[in-house]
Amino acid sequence: MKELSLNILDIAQNSIHADATLVQILLDETDESLTLSIVDDGKGMSEEFVSRVTDPFSTTRTTRKVGMGLPLLKLAAEQTGGSLAIESRERTLYPEDHGTKVTAFFYKNHLDFTPLGDVVSTVVSLVQGSPDVDFLFRHTFPDHTVELDTREIREVLGEEVPLSSPDVLVWIRETLTEQYEGTDEEDE
Amino acid sequence: MKSLEELKKIREKMQNKVILREGSAEKRIVVGMATCGIAAGARPVLNTFVEEIAKRNLTGTVEVGQTGCIGMCRFEPIVEVFEGDKRVTYVYVNPDKAKEIVEKHIVGGEPIVEYTIGAAEK
Repeated sequence: MKELSLNILDIAQNSIHADATLVQILLDETDESLTLSIVDDGKGMSEEFVSRVTDPFSTTRTTRKVGMGLPLLKLAAEQTGGSLAIESRERTLYPEDHGTKVTAFFYKNHLDFTPLGDVVSTVVSLVQGSPDVDFLFRHTFPDHTVELDTREIREVLGEEVPLSSPDVLVWIRETLTEQYEGTDEEDE
Repeated sequence: MKSLEELKKIREKMQNKVILREGSAEKRIVVGMATCGIAAGARPVLNTFVEEIAKRNLTGTVEVGQTGCIGMCRFEPIVEVFEGDKRVTYVYVNPDKAKEIVEKHIVGGEPIVEYTIGAAEK
C-alpha cells in the first residue's frame, strides 16, 4: 500500500464485515510517532484466530475476509521499528462487551515510514460504502484535533437521508479538509 | 464541525425528493474495494464517481456502490456499470477514465468499449 490511509480503509472493512455498529478510527500523532487504533464493536475473533491472523500464510479461504490486510499493516508498522497489537473479545463469550481493537505504532521519522496520505478520502469511502455503520474519526495532533462523528451527522439528517447521499459525502470531505487546513502539521 | 446548518439544508433539499430505495436507480456503478482493488488505486476512482454524480445532480438516478474481490485482481481497479439486465465491466480504471465513463456512458448512454474487460483481454 502506498499510503497508510489505504491500510486504514482496508482494515476498517474487516470491522464492517464483523457486523460492527460503530467503528472508531483514532490517530494520535506526536513529533516522533503515529499511533493508529481501529476499534469496533463487531463480533470479535477467537484467541486462536487472533494468534495467527497476522501471518499471511496461515490464512485459509474460510478466513479470507481478513486475508492480507493485517499482515500488510503489521509490515508497515514494523518496518519503522514500531509494532502491531490486536485485542479481541468474541461475541459468543462476551455478549455485552465484544469487538476488536487493532493498534499500530509507527516511528514517523524512520526512512521506511509510509506516509499517511489522503485519510479524508478513506473516511469518505467508508461512509459511502457503509452508510448504516457509524464512524468516529479522530486525528489528534499535539495542539489540534480533527474529528468527525457520523452519529452527530445522522442526528441532523434524520432517518430518511442516507449518509451515502453524494451531497452529504461532499459535506464530510469539506468538513474534514477544512479542519486539516487548520493544523500546522498538514498532511497531504 | 464546519457547519451543521449546511447539513440541515441538505436534509431539506433531500426531503423534497422521493428518496429511492436501494436497487431502484436506473444505473448502478460498482467499484471493487477489496485489498487488491484498494492497492491498485480504487479509492480515488470511487471518490471520482461519487463527486461526478453529485456534481451532475444524478443522485437518485445513478447509484454508486462498493463490492469485494471478484477474483480478477490483475485487472483492478475494476468498475461495473449495471443498467437493467445489462452489465459493462471496465478494467484498469483511473480517475480520468472514471470521469469519461460518467460523461460518455452514464450521461451519454454509450459504453466506452476500449476500457472494457473484453478489449483488455484481446
